[in-house]
Amino acid sequence: MFVYADNAATTCVSRAAVDAMLPYLLEDYGNPSSLYAFGQKAQEALQASRETVAKCINALPREIYFTSGGSEADNQAIVSAARAGARKGKKHLISTKFEHHAVLHTLSKLQKEGFEVTLLDVHEDGVVRLEDVEAAIRPDTCLVTIMFANNEIGTIQPIAEIGALCRERGIPFHTDAVQAAGHTPIDVEAMNIDMLSMSGHKFHAPKGVGVLYAKKNMPLVNIIEGGAQERGKRAGTENVAGIVALAAALKESCDHIEENTAKIIPMRDRLFAELSKIPHSKINGSLEHHVPGTVNMCFEGIEGESLLLLLDKEGICASSGSACTSGSLDPSHVLLSLGIPHEVAHGSLRLSIGEYNSMDQIDHIIEVVPKVVAYLRSISPVWDELEKGTREHLI
Amino acid sequence: MALYSDKVMDHFQNPRNVGKLDDASGIGEVGNAKCGDIMRMYIKVEDGIIVDCKFNTFGCGSAIATSSMATELIKGKPVEEALELSNKAVVEALDGLPAYKLHCSVLAEEAVKAAVKDYYDKNGIAYDPELFKNVENCEHCQE
Repeated sequence: MFVYADNAATTCVSRAAVDAMLPYLLEDYGNPSSLYAFGQKAQEALQASRETVAKCINALPREIYFTSGGSEADNQAIVSAARAGARKGKKHLISTKFEHHAVLHTLSKLQKEGFEVTLLDVHEDGVVRLEDVEAAIRPDTCLVTIMFANNEIGTIQPIAEIGALCRERGIPFHTDAVQAAGHTPIDVEAMNIDMLSMSGHKFHAPKGVGVLYAKKNMPLVNIIEGGAQERGKRAGTENVAGIVALAAALKESCDHIEENTAKIIPMRDRLFAELSKIPHSKINGSLEHHVPGTVNMCFEGIEGESLLLLLDKEGICASSGSACTSGSLDPSHVLLSLGIPHEVAHGSLRLSIGEYNSMDQIDHIIEVVPKVVAYLRSISPVWDELEKGTREHLI
Repeated sequence: MALYSDKVMDHFQNPRNVGKLDDASGIGEVGNAKCGDIMRMYIKVEDGIIVDCKFNTFGCGSAIATSSMATELIKGKPVEEALELSNKAVVEALDGLPAYKLHCSVLAEEAVKAAVKDYYDKNGIAYDPELFKNVENCEHCQE
């Protein structure tokens, strides 16, 4: 059985998205900047997509900028706020320890330029506290950027509360909503969000297209210079077909949030319930504030990459925060930010499911994972020591 | 191209000589759980020959595969020959490893050396300490 359980990495493109985009690849392939009617057809499709996306998050169409994806949107939002802040002598930014690298690396680049960055603790449950945000705010704070939902553990942050606080203090607030858009309701007005990033391929649009929402008074700095596309804020001929697909996919996802959540939650809960029976396992992150489909657990005494390779052999696609899968020497910064020790974080497993998964597939996962964990433990000297009592169990 | 060669995948999925030896002549353990890989190598020596060899590994696919390959390469060999096993030989026997996984092969080489050192120590066999200067000195575990 093949089970795709890595929907937080990317998703399949929905039929609705494919149907919406195909005409703009095959027939109406004009350049939206062209004057003739053929080009204007593409321009109209862009405009309609902008309206659709705006409606999904309760924004205005002119507040929607199409980008190449979530990373570009994050870069542009943060750099824009930093430049605007610097002009007023404000060079302090607030974020969290477990942001996506698109945010963290942009912040460290700014730090090298002389900006100051405060990265907030996310506590053991993976949820930032409003009091911590409030305490970190300084007179020279020019941006608060806090992710809507974490990509590895799925915890949702108190976005509306943080938004209200920032609005009250007059500080721009950006949220990386890549893991939230299409999966949990977003209302930029009600939540006082000034800027927000989205990535199409996380909600059944193709890869390579994303959105930056920037409230109408937010001054944007170009990351990509060139033509006057996207109201002069993002150069380059628009990815018309991708944008049309993104709008169709986002609308479809937003229209079905309740229905999809109702389908996903029982599958997720079954995964948690069954996999928690594995001794010395641990669920990572609060289950109270959580996007529906993300399951992140640690299994002591094993390493994540070997776990993934053996799951792959059984047809299961998943991911891990082990060092070997991150391509660095340290395990996932997200898991470390929760205070999980290195040796436990190496044995992490992320399963991210969506509305395209079925309970049969969940059954396959819960049949396979305990066997694979038991096998890897049987050949692990770490597990051997844990069992003998010469090494202390950490979970 | 796949991350690993067919040989690496074969040794990872069907590791040779996995397990423990209750009557081991020498046991070597290298690596660090914090770094994500530990190898434990057991050797049984008779008349200067490694007659049996087993391993336990906590680590990624290539850590398991290099351990497995290392046991195959030293089993049946004189102890002195096992000491000459290089990480390069392990990598070559596996048809290569991705560059960032090469340290796994270093760990395999060191695990063999650590097991031999333990055998020498336990049996009062004199040796040149220079031979073992890198053992338990996994560079990426040094903070």
